[in-house]
Amino acid sequence: MRFFEMILLLCLIVCAVSVGFAKDLLTSIVIFMSYSLIMCVIWVLLQSPDLAITEAAVGAGVTSILFFVTLKKIRAIRREGQHEQDKG
Amino acid sequence: MSRIRDNYEGSRWRKFRRWLDGEVDLLALGVEVSEPKEGPQPGPATQALPVPGPAKPLSAAARRHRYQKDNRGIRPFRKAYQLMSVALCLGIISVLLWTVSYLPAFGNAGNPDNNEVSARYIERGLQETGAVNIVTGMILDYRAFDTFGESCVLFIASCCVLVLLRIDATDGDKRSRKRLEEANDRLFEPKDDIILQKCACVMVPLILMFGIYIVLNGHLSPGGGFSGGAVLGSGLIFYLNAFGFEKTGRFFTERIYRRVTLCALTFYCLAKSYSFYTGANHLHSGIPLGVPGAILSSGLILPLNICVGLVVACTMYAFYTLFRKGGM
Repeated sequence: MRFFEMILLLCLIVCAVSVGFAKDLLTSIVIFMSYSLIMCVIWVLLQSPDLAITEAAVGAGVTSILFFVTLKKIRAIRREGQHEQDKG
Repeated sequence: MSRIRDNYEGSRWRKFRRWLDGEVDLLALGVEVSEPKEGPQPGPATQALPVPGPAKPLSAAARRHRYQKDNRGIRPFRKAYQLMSVALCLGIISVLLWTVSYLPAFGNAGNPDNNEVSARYIERGLQETGAVNIVTGMILDYRAFDTFGESCVLFIASCCVLVLLRIDATDGDKRSRKRLEEANDRLFEPKDDIILQKCACVMVPLILMFGIYIVLNGHLSPGGGFSGGAVLGSGLIFYLNAFGFEKTGRFFTERIYRRVTLCALTFYCLAKSYSFYTGANHLHSGIPLGVPGAILSSGLILPLNICVGLVVACTMYAFYTLFRKGGM
């Protein structure tokens, strides 16, 4: 179990660093989501399941969805096939 | 870069720059401002000026060009601002670290946080609040005032989002504008995605039931109003994504949102005012605590949990709809 915790913490640090270095905003939001999921598992291991439920629902769910909607509103998500439209 | 004001040509900053560059001298400037009312005939004051006549409205490009030309001299200040921001950051970091070095060591038995408050919560929490889940007993009985503040903060946050993102229709065709906005929003998405809808048919009832379970069992098992409300809100968002606004609009409109939130917050406020009043005056509140472990136990905690859950679920859903189309 100790080994598992260490792997999770390592993933947490890797996620936190790579959010800043991701080139695409969409990618960084997905990494942020995975950060929240790892944090959720860590809360369960730290014996606070109510925090884990909240983290899964708010951190990984609602916040990321609001981020996605905002990116779509400001046209930061590049659609598939936009290049062909621009060329043609 | 910030937007340049329309009357940039007549602003004080522009006059100050012109005076600084020696284009015009300050005494004549006052004459120039009052001059144009008299008429177009050439006076002695206007002849002395390099830029005669009233300020003509320049085009945006010309204004921007002039602005950039004027502000080229600020660059040393910009460097100074960068240096100052770095210095300020380092200063705050060092002050905080210096403060941290004075904190007591982690896990020390003599720390001031190991006092009689937490001991009392742990020892007598079950008898005094009737909640098996000691965390819920704390946040909804001993510290209920803080939770009320949190609910109000959430409500105010949703009000701010409403103010910022709501699409206001001054003319009558409010509905058509909203529909247009929604159509724009879903332009490049599959409208009735069959896979998403089938998944939602299976998942949404489970998610909603799980949320209701968390809310109702907040005093018995881990969870409570906030986490259950968040689960309910995300379930509603999932349903909305799968089936669109027409389906959710049948049971969740802006009026229902307002009524539910207002009723929940008011009930919370009144219930906690009552228990604070009786507790402060050493009166018997008359609310039975019930048998610990039963679903109908622990006095006011169960209704308060339901109130917080409703507020949180409505707020999550309202956030999403406001971000999507600026209204419910």
